[in-house]
Amino acid sequence: MNTQEVAKVNNKYQLGFWVYLMTDCLLFGSLFATYAVLRGATYGGPTEADIFEMPFVLAETLILLTSTFVCGLGLVAAKAGKQTWTIILFGLTMLLGIAFLAMELSEFSKLIGEGFSWQRSAFLSAFFVLVGTHGAHILAGLIWVVVMLVRVTQRGLTPNNLRRLSLFALFWHFLDVIWIFIFTVVYLMGVAK
Amino acid sequence: MKVKFKILVSVLLAIAVIAAFWILIRNNSFDVLQPAGTIGDQQRDLIIFASALSAIIVIPVFAMTFWIVWKYRVGHKKPGAYRPEWSKSRLAETIWWGIPIILIGILGVIIWTSSHTLDPYRKLDSEETPLRVQVIALEWKWLFIYPEQNVASVNFLQIPVGRPINFEITSDAPMNSFWIPKLGGQVYAMNGMTTKLHLQAHTPGDYTGKTANISGEGYSGMTFTTRAGSEADFSSWVKGAQQNGQELTMTGYNKLAEPSKNVAPILYSSRPESLYDTVVMKYMMPGHETTHEHAKDAAEGDHHE
Amino acid sequence: MLGQLTLEAFQKGLIEMGAQIGLVVGGLVVVGLLFYFKKWKWLWKTWITSLDPKKIGIMYLILAAFMLLRGLADVLMMRAQQAMSSGDATGILSSDHFQQVFSAHGTIMIFFVAMGVIFALFNLIVPSQIGARDVAFPFMNSVSFWLFFVGVALINLPLIVGEFSAAGWLAYPPLSGLEYSPGVGVDYWIWALQIAGIGSLLSGINFLVTIFKMRAPGMRMMKMPIFVWSVLGSVSLIIFAFPILTATLGMLSLDRLIGTHFFTSDFGGNPMMYVNLIWAWGHPEVYILILPAFGIFSEIVATFSGKRLFGYKSMVAAILAITFLSFTVWLHHFFTMGAGANVNAFFGIMTAVIAVPTGVKVFNWLFTMYRGRVRLTTPMLWFLGFVVTFTLGGVAGVLMSVPAIDFQVHNTLFLVAHFHTMIIGGVLFGFFAGLTYWFPKFAGFRLNERLGRYAFWCWLIGFLTAFVPLYALGLMGAVRRMDHYSSELGWQQLFIVAGVGVAIICLGVFFQLLQLVVSIIQRKKNMVGADPWDGRTLEWAMSTPPKEYNFAVLPTVTERDAFWEMKQKKQLPSRNYEDVHVPKNSGIGVMVGMSALAAGFGIIWHIWWLALIGFIAVLVLLIVRLTSDDTERVIPRAEVERLENMKAGAA
Repeated sequence: MNTQEVAKVNNKYQLGFWVYLMTDCLLFGSLFATYAVLRGATYGGPTEADIFEMPFVLAETLILLTSTFVCGLGLVAAKAGKQTWTIILFGLTMLLGIAFLAMELSEFSKLIGEGFSWQRSAFLSAFFVLVGTHGAHILAGLIWVVVMLVRVTQRGLTPNNLRRLSLFALFWHFLDVIWIFIFTVVYLMGVAK
Repeated sequence: MKVKFKILVSVLLAIAVIAAFWILIRNNSFDVLQPAGTIGDQQRDLIIFASALSAIIVIPVFAMTFWIVWKYRVGHKKPGAYRPEWSKSRLAETIWWGIPIILIGILGVIIWTSSHTLDPYRKLDSEETPLRVQVIALEWKWLFIYPEQNVASVNFLQIPVGRPINFEITSDAPMNSFWIPKLGGQVYAMNGMTTKLHLQAHTPGDYTGKTANISGEGYSGMTFTTRAGSEADFSSWVKGAQQNGQELTMTGYNKLAEPSKNVAPILYSSRPESLYDTVVMKYMMPGHETTHEHAKDAAEGDHHE
Repeated sequence: MLGQLTLEAFQKGLIEMGAQIGLVVGGLVVVGLLFYFKKWKWLWKTWITSLDPKKIGIMYLILAAFMLLRGLADVLMMRAQQAMSSGDATGILSSDHFQQVFSAHGTIMIFFVAMGVIFALFNLIVPSQIGARDVAFPFMNSVSFWLFFVGVALINLPLIVGEFSAAGWLAYPPLSGLEYSPGVGVDYWIWALQIAGIGSLLSGINFLVTIFKMRAPGMRMMKMPIFVWSVLGSVSLIIFAFPILTATLGMLSLDRLIGTHFFTSDFGGNPMMYVNLIWAWGHPEVYILILPAFGIFSEIVATFSGKRLFGYKSMVAAILAITFLSFTVWLHHFFTMGAGANVNAFFGIMTAVIAVPTGVKVFNWLFTMYRGRVRLTTPMLWFLGFVVTFTLGGVAGVLMSVPAIDFQVHNTLFLVAHFHTMIIGGVLFGFFAGLTYWFPKFAGFRLNERLGRYAFWCWLIGFLTAFVPLYALGLMGAVRRMDHYSSELGWQQLFIVAGVGVAIICLGVFFQLLQLVVSIIQRKKNMVGADPWDGRTLEWAMSTPPKEYNFAVLPTVTERDAFWEMKQKKQLPSRNYEDVHVPKNSGIGVMVGMSALAAGFGIIWHIWWLALIGFIAVLVLLIVRLTSDDTERVIPRAEVERLENMKAGAA
C-alpha cells in the first residue's frame, strides 16, 4: 500500500481504538461509581484507612508512570526506525509493568492473608474488583507488548507493526490515566478521611 | 367504490369489536380508576389529566394520517398536488416542535408538583391520628405488625376508614413491592432498609393487596386482604387478635419466614417488641448506621437514596 | 472433573423434555442434511468464514428468525398458562417453569431477536448506503457475529441441560444472587448476555468508525441517508451503554462465583446499585433498538411517497436529541424504589421531554407523504400500523412518566402492554417494513405482496387483540408475571382474548413464512432489477444481487439522496475499473466463538479447566490474527470488468 492508503488505514484504527478506550472508560466508570457507593460499606471490617499503605502505593504509581514515559520514548524510537532502541525501550516498559503488577499482587495477597479478601465486605469487593480490573488490563498490556517484541524482532518496524506499537502506547497511557484516578479516588481520598 | 366499501366495513367491524370489548369489561373492577383511597383518587385524576393532554396531540395525528394517506395515495382519482422536492417549512416545524414543547412544559409542572404532593414518604394532611403499621415481606406472604396495639397478622390488614395509615416497610426475602391498588400506589420492600408509604381509605370494603416485584416461586400467591372498616370494626378486630391470636415469638417468626405459599391469614396476639427493627438490622452490622438515611422535616417524612 | 454438571442436569419435566428432544433432534437433522448433501465445504467457505458483511447480515437474520420462533413459543406457553390458571385450575406450567419461560422470553426477544435484526440491517445496508465496500474492521465484524452465536447457543442450552433463570429478563438481585437462585439458571443468563454483549460492543465501535471514516467521497455528514444517521445514534448508544452492562453482569457473576458482596443483602451489598446500573444500560438499549426502526421508516416513507424526506435537518436534530436524552431518563424504570420526590421529578420530566423529538418525527413523516404520491405497498402498511400503535403506546408512556401515576401502574400488565407496543409496533414493524423493502435488493425478486398484506393485518389485529386487554387488566390491578390469579376477579376472559390475539399473531408469522416460501418458488415470475422501488439512496445503485465488492467504482456524491440525484442527472456508473481489495475469508472468527462457548459453558458449570482452555484459546487465536499481515486478497481489474459486464440482462 502507498503512504496515502497506509495513512487512511491508520486513521481508521486510531479512531476505532480511541472509541474502544472510551468504552473502557465507561466500564471503569461503572466500577468507580460502584466503589463510591460501597466504599463505606465495611460491615464491621477494615476501612480504607485501615488497609491502604501510601508509601507502597506511591512507589507503584511512580513505577507505572516511569513505564509510561519509557513507552513514549520507545514509540519515538520506533517512528525513527531504530529497531534496537525500540526493543530495549518497550522491553523496559514491560519490566516496569511486571514490577507494578508484582507489587499489586503482593498488596492483594497480604490483605487476603489477613482475612480481608473480597468476601469480607462490599467495600473490599469493590476495592479488589476496581483495582483488580485495572491490573487485568495491565496484564493484557503485558501480553500485548511481549507479542510486539516478538513480532518486531521477527519482521522489523513494518507499517503494521508501527501502527500496533502506537496503539499499544495509547493503551498503556490510558491505563496510566485510569491508575491516576484510582490513586486519587481510592487511595488518597480513602486515607484522607 | 370498492375501497370506500372496505373502509366502511372495517369501521363498522371496529365499532362492533369495541362494543364487544366494552361488554366484556364493564363489570370488572378497575382498581386504579375506581379507587377507595384518597391517594388513589389523586392518582386517578392525574391519569385523566395526562390522557387529556395527550389527546391534544394524538387526535390530530390520527386525523392527519388518515386524511393525508387518503388524499395523496396513488389510486385516488383526484389526488392532491405532487411536489416531490418540497421538504422544508419553518412554520410547520415551529408548530410541531412548539406545541409539544408547551404541552410537555405543562406536564413537567404537573410532574414536579405531583411528585411532591404524592410522594409515598409524605405524611398525609389530616387531623386524625395516623395508624402505624409495620410491613415485612416474607417468602411469600406479608407480615403486618401494629406496634401501637402490639398485635400482628399475616396476609390480612384491618384498617379504619378515614384515618391515615403510616406504613413502614421492609423485606426478609427478595425485593418485593407493597401494593394495594384500590388505595394508592406501591413502594418497594427491600432488605436491610425501611421504605415508607402513606395511604388512607375513604370507603369501607375488602381490597386485595399484592406484591408487584418478582420474588421467587410463590410470587403469584403473595396476595393479602385489606379490610377497611369503621373505628369500631378496627377495635374489635384488635381485641379479637389479642384474645384468639397466637403469640409470635422470635422462634415462631423464624419458622414463619421459611418459604411457604398461598398462606391463609394468621392472627398474632403479640410480637417481640423489637421484631421489625431486628429484621431490618439483621442485614446490617449491629450498630452500623445506614449511610443513606437522613432526617427531614415532619411534613415530608424521611427518605433514603 | 465436570464441575457441577451431572446426569441429573439433563432430566426434564414433560413439556421441557419436548423442547429438549426437539432441539437435539432438530440439530441432528440439520447436521445430517449437511452431510447428506455434502454441503459442509460450501457452508464453511461461503458463509461461516466469510468476512463479507452482506453474508454476515444474512446469518444474523437467520439466527434472529430462529430466536423469534423460540420467543413466540414462550409466548404461547405464557398465554396458555394465564388463560387457564384461574381459581382452582393451575394451568399447564409449574410456577418455576413459568418463571423461566417469561425470563427466557424477554431475554431472547430483546437480546437475540431485536439486536440480531438490527445488526443484520447494519451489515446489509450501511456499507452500501455510504458508498463503501465493507465495514471498517471486517474481522472484528466476524467475531461480533460469532459471539452473538455463542449467546444464542447459551440461551438455548438450558433447554437441553440444566435450567434457565427464573428472575426475569433483568435478573434483579437479591433474587438473582446465590442465596435465592443457587442453580445454573442465572449463570446461563449472565454469560449468554456477557459474551453476546461484547460482540454488540465491538459492532458498535465497528459501525461508528465505518460511518465516520468510510463514506464515499463527497458524502458529508449532512448528505448521509437518514437511516445512516439513525444507525449512528444507535451505535453511539451501544458504545456508551454496553460497557455498563459488561461491568454490571461482571459484578453479579463475581458475587455468584467468588463471593463478592456487590449486590448481596448483607455484608454491605447494595441491590439498588444493580437496579441503577442495569437500567443505565437498559434504557439506552431500547433506544438502540428503536432508532434504526425510525431510520427505516424515514427511508421507506420518502421512497414510497416519491418525495424528499421532510425536514431532514430536523430529523437529524431529533435523532441526536433522542440519543443524548436517552441517558437522562433511566430512573423512570424504578420510580417506586423510593429515591425521593426531587429525584423522581427530575427523571419524570426528562422522560416527558424525550417524547418531544420522538413525536416530531411522526409529523415529519406525515408531511413527507403530504404532497407526495403515496404507494401503499406492504412496507407502507407496516409504517401506518406503526403510527397507530406506537402513538397509543407513547401515550401510555407519557402517563407513566408522571411518577405518581407510575406508582399505580408500575410492574402491572399496563406496563407490559406499553413496552410491547413500543417494541412490536415500533421496532418489529419497522424491521418487517425494512426487510420487505430491502429483500429484492439481495434476492433479485420481490416478496409476494398479497401474503405480505395478510401477514400485516394479522400482526396488527393480533397485536391489538393481545395487548388492549392487557392495558385494561393493568388498570384493574393485575401485576405482571402472574402464573395464577383468583377466579373472582373476572380476569380470565381477558386473558383468553389475549391468547386469541397471540394466535392471530402466529397466523401472521405463518403468512410471513409462507410468503418467503411462495416468493422463492415463484421467483422467476417476480424478478426485479437493481432498483425495484425507484429508490433514492446508494444501496439501490449496486447490482442485484450485489457483488462482493458492492461497487466496482466507489461513487462520488454531491447531494443528499445520492442515487436519486444520479438518476435525475442520468449519470451512468463509471467504468474506470481498478483492482479491488477485499478481506480474505477467515476461520478465526468462528473458532473464537467456539472457544468462547467452551469458556462460557465451563464457567457456568464450574468446569474450570474447560473455562481456562476456552479463554486461552480465544487469546491465542486473537493474537495470531491480530499480528497477521496477510489478511486481504485482490480482485484484479480484469475480473472486476468481467463481473460488471455479466449483469447486462438486469434492468
